[in-house]
Amino acid sequence: MSGLEFFVGHYAYWFVVALLVLGLYGMIVKRNFVKKLIGMTIFQVAVIIFFISSAVKKGATIPIADKAVGTAESGLYVNPLQHTLMLTAIVVGVATAGVGYALLVTIFRRFRTLNEPELMERMRREREAAEKQGNDA
Amino acid sequence: MHWELEVTLFIFLVAAALLALESRNLLTAVVSLTVFSFLSALLYVAMGAVDVGFTEAVVGGGVSGVLFVVTIFKTTRTCRD
Repeated sequence: MSGLEFFVGHYAYWFVVALLVLGLYGMIVKRNFVKKLIGMTIFQVAVIIFFISSAVKKGATIPIADKAVGTAESGLYVNPLQHTLMLTAIVVGVATAGVGYALLVTIFRRFRTLNEPELMERMRREREAAEKQGNDA
Repeated sequence: MHWELEVTLFIFLVAAALLALESRNLLTAVVSLTVFSFLSALLYVAMGAVDVGFTEAVVGGGVSGVLFVVTIFKTTRTCRD
């Protein structure tokens, strides 16, 4: 098997790995919380693409009963199991992201920043001020 | 099903993801993320998953984008990385 054939035969996996790495990079390296959420969304889409690409069959049609194709031979239809699972995953992912947006707005209202090191610094300062007040009282 | 179409969509998908992660303006990042979601919906349809495709187009390209824009207008638009 030549190199080009190997790439063409597995291209979905290469691109999925690239997207997974991009999502992880966004979640770990980026300091802005909005960028972290964007990384999470990219990671989630990469996982969904991985599942959907595992359902593809060569020469098969979409999983809707067609009179011209018939229902006797299931190999003529794409496997619909992964589709139903990923449908749920998309909806759950949006709910997760919605909780993330709510947390971002709450953090910004209290600390006026979305930058992680800055937020840590402000939290530390606030805690020290509270401790000092407790010692004085 | 058609590997040329899928590879083209994948390349645009990676480009949109890079743009969404690397832009300094958060509004640009969010619009790029919406483009990313819509391209992934096209990819699902190209892979034969029509139901997943339209759910992603509605939820990822619509609801998620609107929520993100609302979040950015309620917080800040600039970003240092």
